[in-house]
Amino acid sequence: MTHEVKKTVAEINRRIEKGKAVVLTAAEMVETVRRLGKVRAAKEVDVVTTGTFSPMCSSGMLFNFGQEPPTLKAQKVRLNNVPAHAGLAAVDAYIGATELPKDDPLNKVHPGRFKYGGAHVIEDLLRGKAVRLFCESYGTDCYPRRTLEKDITLADMKYAALFNPRNCYQNYNVAVNLTSRIIYTYMGPLKPNARNANYATAGELSPLFNDPYLKTIGLGTRIFMGGGIGYVMGAGTQHDPKPKRNERGIPISASGTLMLKGDLKGMNARYVRAVSILGYGVSLAMGIGIPIPILNEDMAFFTGVSDADIQMPVKDYGHDYPNGVGRSLGLVTYAECRSGEILVNGKKTPAVPLTSLTMSLEVAQKLKEQIEQGKFLLTEPVEAIPSE
Amino acid sequence: MDTPQDKQYRKVVYLTFPPEASGKPLVCDLSRVHGLAFSILQARITPRHEGQMTIEITGPRDAYERGIAYLKDHDIGVVPVAQRISRDDDSCIHCGMCTALCPTKALSLNIETRLVEFDDETCSACGMCTKVCPVKAMEMLLENGVM
Ligand code: SF4
Ligand code: SF4
Repeated sequence: MTHEVKKTVAEINRRIEKGKAVVLTAAEMVETVRRLGKVRAAKEVDVVTTGTFSPMCSSGMLFNFGQEPPTLKAQKVRLNNVPAHAGLAAVDAYIGATELPKDDPLNKVHPGRFKYGGAHVIEDLLRGKAVRLFCESYGTDCYPRRTLEKDITLADMKYAALFNPRNCYQNYNVAVNLTSRIIYTYMGPLKPNARNANYATAGELSPLFNDPYLKTIGLGTRIFMGGGIGYVMGAGTQHDPKPKRNERGIPISASGTLMLKGDLKGMNARYVRAVSILGYGVSLAMGIGIPIPILNEDMAFFTGVSDADIQMPVKDYGHDYPNGVGRSLGLVTYAECRSGEILVNGKKTPAVPLTSLTMSLEVAQKLKEQIEQGKFLLTEPVEAIPSE
Repeated sequence: MDTPQDKQYRKVVYLTFPPEASGKPLVCDLSRVHGLAFSILQARITPRHEGQMTIEITGPRDAYERGIAYLKDHDIGVVPVAQRISRDDDSCIHCGMCTALCPTKALSLNIETRLVEFDDETCSACGMCTKVCPVKAMEMLLENGVM
């Protein structure tokens, strides 16, 4: 396909370095494309910044806590009593955001509170707090130590990266509950008989709604991650390369995902928040911003997506979801959800957000400032992520 | 929403009933005997168990005080609600999850600004948000003793 406007990432980067790049947030871009049309918008705008701030369970911290003689090959590792996966090299471990301490009351008194878990360890470390490291081992000739227990801070760690096997879900379900009792889900509390509908994503600000075919986002894409710098590692787990799409190319179900990694030491706790989801468990909410280079008029068109163009499936989490029934109760637009009320089975239902739009916008704006100030350059993906 | 006369009281209180008092129409006596207006914001009364009720009382100050004393005389726990719930604004991420279960709409999403607003005047201190808020930004203050 030939384009009227053709720019390269290198050209855009040169403009960023000179402080001349025109950068808009995804929200600002909606109106710009509407006003100028996609071709003129593509000529005038170089980068669109997206942002999202949602809980995503598939998150965790990969860390190396360093040796302290006599050396140790940790077989069991806990931070503040939350177990980490230690089946790696001697002092490497991975702590999952949803991991819970052994003595957590879980859902014994339903709905459980899940006050502290892996995500809280990560947030505590980022806030500069010391956490209690506990290691157990069996002892080898080269690693004789059997136990190690001490306080450790993020600064003490040799390495700490947030590593999220899945993030940035492109579209998601709107959750309702058709049963006659309240349920507590990862989509928040759902009152009986569909008396509330909970929805996620940041709509027109969401990264993957602005590049629905992942034309500019791939392995190696530099991103704003939790207030620091991160990179896309490729497709996330459960990535769906061939979703059903509407006429604008927007998937109409939960589909694309990204795997992300970033240096935790460069992040800011304002954008990395542990969340305790009542009756469900612990998760990690994180601010992610992805810059989209406006290489041509197609990218201007895609980034011009508005909340009204985004359709989301309404799903029953009372019966259907836990039983693996894929039934959708219909599509609603993000704009309808944002208005505070949607129709579910013909009945007016309050729509409750789970993604912080305020924080999502803040992320997009922060990323915009960084690019405008020449502090953040774009990258070209090393490998594309399949999406058709 | 304060009433124009400054001697009028408008208070939200949280009541706890011992099991044996749950069935009695003591709350109705607030208006019958003491001339106070009240509205029930939230109630959980199960026969033979401790009951809880959050009510809004309006009326002259002395009548309010007599009414409260009357309830206490009948072994009803009374805690003024205004100080019982507060939000840590630095912690709130304005996600909106709490608005799902807030029975009084004291927590509500402002569609324009996308901020979740907390109106402690309307709050019945039912405590729902303190359980639901994923970052524990809603706090139940315990200074008043009960809870
Ligand atoms: S649930 Fe908590 S963090 Fe979210 S808007 Fe309500 S008070 Fe704020
Ligand atoms: S305690 Fe929380 S949920 Fe209950 S009325 Fe007050 S703000 Fe709403």
